[in-house]
Amino acid sequence: MKEENLRVFLSSIVRYFGHTSDPNVDVGAPYLVDEIKEACREYTGLISISGEYNGVCYFSAPAVLLKHLILSVGETDTSETMMLDTVGEVANTLSGNARRKLGKGFKISAPYLSKGLPAIETEGEGNRIYAIPIQWKSYKALLGVSLH
Amino acid sequence: MIVDDSKLIRQRIAREYDATTFELVGTANNGFDAIELFDRASPEVVTMDLTMPELDGIECIEQLIIREPSTKILVISALNDTSIGMEALEKGAMGFITKPFSGADLKVALNEIIDS
Repeated sequence: MKEENLRVFLSSIVRYFGHTSDPNVDVGAPYLVDEIKEACREYTGLISISGEYNGVCYFSAPAVLLKHLILSVGETDTSETMMLDTVGEVANTLSGNARRKLGKGFKISAPYLSKGLPAIETEGEGNRIYAIPIQWKSYKALLGVSLH
Repeated sequence: MIVDDSKLIRQRIAREYDATTFELVGTANNGFDAIELFDRASPEVVTMDLTMPELDGIECIEQLIIREPSTKILVISALNDTSIGMEALEKGAMGFITKPFSGADLKVALNEIIDS
């Protein structure tokens, strides 16, 4: 994956958290992993990419971050259903915003939601994942991107 | 009427609506449910997500405009490239804002399509 393509996801992360109650977000240096299980938190929203690109983009976060995000937009329902909904919406927004740079050939699916590891295979030659560390408040999440 | 596959976003938009200007007739989490609700409730204004399971927002806009061409549709989507915005407008939407959005963004966009 080209570095310039990865950069657009970094911008999406900063833009997303810039619209929350606390716009300060630390985005760490991306690192490579071979499988999702090496870079996965408690809840994951995964977007399947098709069109001119193939792969996945996923946002993975601990429950406490999702609860804080939900409360920060004025909602009080922090149930598991709502946390899954939220992790999927963040994944959708971060990947959807990447179309600004990647164009209409970057087609995204509705999010697949999971508690724990997503039930989707990403292993294989050339399918390594860039994990982008995210720290919002004291919580650590990540955005995983695998495009080929 | 609010159409979005995320409950968080549906509730957020519902809360940001100006109750003195709008009466919320209902919400839907995919295009098929939106069409069913539209046929029952005949809303004048619709907020529409684009990436949804079952039937996506572009196809849903097309269906709603066939039913009632004067429907004012505001697209609220994470897809922020100009081509998808233009496609939505060509299908009959009247405005487009990208996620993430602020309450002020939503209010301005809704007022613009109401005044147009």
